Amino acid sequence: MQIVFYSLTILIVSGLLALCLNRFFKPANFIGALGAISGCIVGLISLFIVYNNPASAVLTIPWTVPYGSLSLAMDNLGILFLFLIFIVSALSALYGMESLRCYSGKKNIGSLWLFFNLLIASMVFIVLARNAILFLLAWEMMAISSFFLVVFAGEKKAVAKAGLIYLIATHIGTLFLLVMFGLLGNSSGSFDFSSWKIAPSGFMPSIIFLCALIGFGTKSGFMPMHIWLPETYPAAPNNVAAVLSGVMSKTGIYGLIRILTFLGMPCSWWGYLLIAMGIISGILGILFALAQHDLKRLLAYSSIENIGIISIGMGVGILGMSTHNPVLMVLGFSGSLLHVINHAFFKALLFLGAGAVLDKTQTMEMDVLGGLFKKMPITGISFLIGAAAICGLPPLNGFISEFLIYLAAFKGILGAGSIVFVSLGIIAALALIGAVAVACFTKVFGIIFLGQPRSVLSLEARDPGILMRISMLILAFCCFFIGLAAPFMVNGFAVIIAEVSGTQMMIEYTLAEVIQPLRYIVSGSLLLYGFILLLVFIRWLLLRGRRIESALTWDCGYAKPSPKMQYTASSFAQPIVNFFKGILRTKKHASKINEYFPDSFGFKTETADLFSEKVFNPMLKSVHDLTEKLTWVQHGQLQIYILYILFTLLALFIWKL
Amino acid sequence: MNNLGDFVVIIVLLMNLMMLSSSRIRTCIRIVAGQGILIGCMPLLNDFHLILPGMVISASLSIILKGFVFPWLLFRAVQEANIKKEVEPVGGYPLSLLIGVMIFALSFWLSTRLVYTKPLVSHLAAPVSFATFFTGAFIIVSRMKAITQVIGYLLLENGIYLFGAAFLSEQSLLVELAILLDIFVAVFVMGIAIFHISREFDHIDTQKLSELKDSIISKQDI
Repeated sequence: MQIVFYSLTILIVSGLLALCLNRFFKPANFIGALGAISGCIVGLISLFIVYNNPASAVLTIPWTVPYGSLSLAMDNLGILFLFLIFIVSALSALYGMESLRCYSGKKNIGSLWLFFNLLIASMVFIVLARNAILFLLAWEMMAISSFFLVVFAGEKKAVAKAGLIYLIATHIGTLFLLVMFGLLGNSSGSFDFSSWKIAPSGFMPSIIFLCALIGFGTKSGFMPMHIWLPETYPAAPNNVAAVLSGVMSKTGIYGLIRILTFLGMPCSWWGYLLIAMGIISGILGILFALAQHDLKRLLAYSSIENIGIISIGMGVGILGMSTHNPVLMVLGFSGSLLHVINHAFFKALLFLGAGAVLDKTQTMEMDVLGGLFKKMPITGISFLIGAAAICGLPPLNGFISEFLIYLAAFKGILGAGSIVFVSLGIIAALALIGAVAVACFTKVFGIIFLGQPRSVLSLEARDPGILMRISMLILAFCCFFIGLAAPFMVNGFAVIIAEVSGTQMMIEYTLAEVIQPLRYIVSGSLLLYGFILLLVFIRWLLLRGRRIESALTWDCGYAKPSPKMQYTASSFAQPIVNFFKGILRTKKHASKINEYFPDSFGFKTETADLFSEKVFNPMLKSVHDLTEKLTWVQHGQLQIYILYILFTLLALFIWKL
Repeated sequence: MNNLGDFVVIIVLLMNLMMLSSSRIRTCIRIVAGQGILIGCMPLLNDFHLILPGMVISASLSIILKGFVFPWLLFRAVQEANIKKEVEPVGGYPLSLLIGVMIFALSFWLSTRLVYTKPLVSHLAAPVSFATFFTGAFIIVSRMKAITQVIGYLLLENGIYLFGAAFLSEQSLLVELAILLDIFVAVFVMGIAIFHISREFDHIDTQKLSELKDSIISKQDI
């Protein structure tokens, strides 16, 4: 356990060192990244040690902060999340060492590495903390360091705006967490997690759960609280976006699961609420993703969709817990935990891939890219693997986790009462999400990597350097590996689910039942890989000894085809976007044609966020209007301010005497 | 209770009203200085056997500071900053006087609600000290110039001192000494600041300082 402190020390010291070397770009960049990577590796070693020797997993150090105690512990749930944090952060740092070179001479790279390393350290502390004060401190640390990372390129107006939205959103979330910890602490008389084992009675657990859902849900990006996500991820530097989406949003999921362990037997409506939120986040998230043209914005919306799937799994798990249905519980929780792992890997991979494209072409606008697969094959292949995985296509990891949740829903149909209808809803929703996800990522991959280059920007693109390629390939390999190793991993979840549910209720038995179909899936996957290899071999066999040349595809006899005649991002998505136009409210901007032979014609679609437009903006506007009526109080005249003080004093005087 | 105490306290009260009605800054400084000397003598008006050496020291210190050092600093500030002689009240002198009387009535009402555990120098001491305090605060609010705010501040301090002196406990005098030190620094700093403000901006009108405030956020920024 102490070794984790070495890791934290390395992270913080290297961050500070990078800050000190701010004036020299190369050393600062190198030391910051190296510190992050080595800190993460030391952290992984400590995980390994604690996993093999669980007795060393608790550490309590006296602390002078009131109500606080520096009590840390590492259980299996924590080890799972720490594992993700260390791996994804290390790979993002490795990637950043190269990709951040574009800021050379323009930006203080030392500050970026300081906050990057602080972000990793604070996430580790969140998972380790066993005291509310310590947890909140780490939570706030994470919010602030990630805010500074987001506004790293703050001279752009959009970035500054994104940072502001993020800062406000994250603090609203923290507010609810404060209330939640206050309630928990109040009902047990202590802020140590260890004293919260006894469940509070009455409707208190429900209030605590709702606070946790809003507080942690804001960080994870559940649908009504998601509005900061599509602004923040595009604004952050590429490797930072990978960490934010890959692991930082998962700390919200971690917090929610952790709080569940204090609340005793959950009510069934918590499960229904989580499922409903998950379905809304999933469907709307992927629909809005489909309608985007900015790659990073699209990925941000797809994060919301995946958080939705995780939430559905958790909801099913809670439902299983509250109805004493071990099958639902085990399947739901293991599906959602596996999806947490999967999403961390493939979303980080996709963000890194998007970063490589951005690095080489300087744009994230899909409609000016195209034909990049030929120019950057490694990026293209890893992006393709990530895209296939995120759609939940069979041989890869995304399929397994969605399969577990599907399986839970199918088991639920065999039950009785309202669970049947909910299960039907889950199956329908997951099917819709999966289908739209395939459309969405076909669009992304097709528009960006296939076809002809649509502008000069993508003509000179090539694969990035070795570090960026390695980190993308490792993540892609992880997606493969989890797809094959899933039966073993799910087996490992037994301990975590027992920790979370507090019972041993047939977990092993149920898991053994689940693992059987997973084995079939893995053998099927292996067969599929064999088949693909066979196809590759046949292709090689057929092409051997033949000349390969490129020519135009048949163009219907059109005289002068140009790359601009390809399908665009808007046109590819148009049928589905049109079908859901009631929700998406895509605005079309077309310039009018008045002449017979117009010189130019422009067409643009734009899909603003539904909740931003219809809920939050009107709400903020009314708050603004209301407070504007009070501006006469703030007139800036010193005398009147003193008068306020005087009246307050007088009132207190009269009241007290 | 002794008659001399009552007499001094009533003079202090009249000085408050005089302060509100006087239009000249120099007069105001003189009034506040005189009031400071009178109030400084308050603890010494008790029965002889109650007076401790510490009290004599603190009283003489406060008399020297409030009666001579502060006025000197303020006169110097007036002179060097070329301040115009008028006080420039917001509402006019009659209104100021009227409010001064209302303040006195309010102070009387407030002091009736106090519970005394000790005999006082004068039964008027508590209401007059409240009245002095609030008059000082009122002067800070209602006068435009920075220097009159310093004077209001001093008046406010006189009120606090009077309250402490009336109750005649050594602790309150200790607190009083600490406040005196604060005030000393404050007058010193404000004297310098006023001088510099007038040199930079050619005036010491606090209303114009409000131009420095943050502009109100316009709707477009949201």
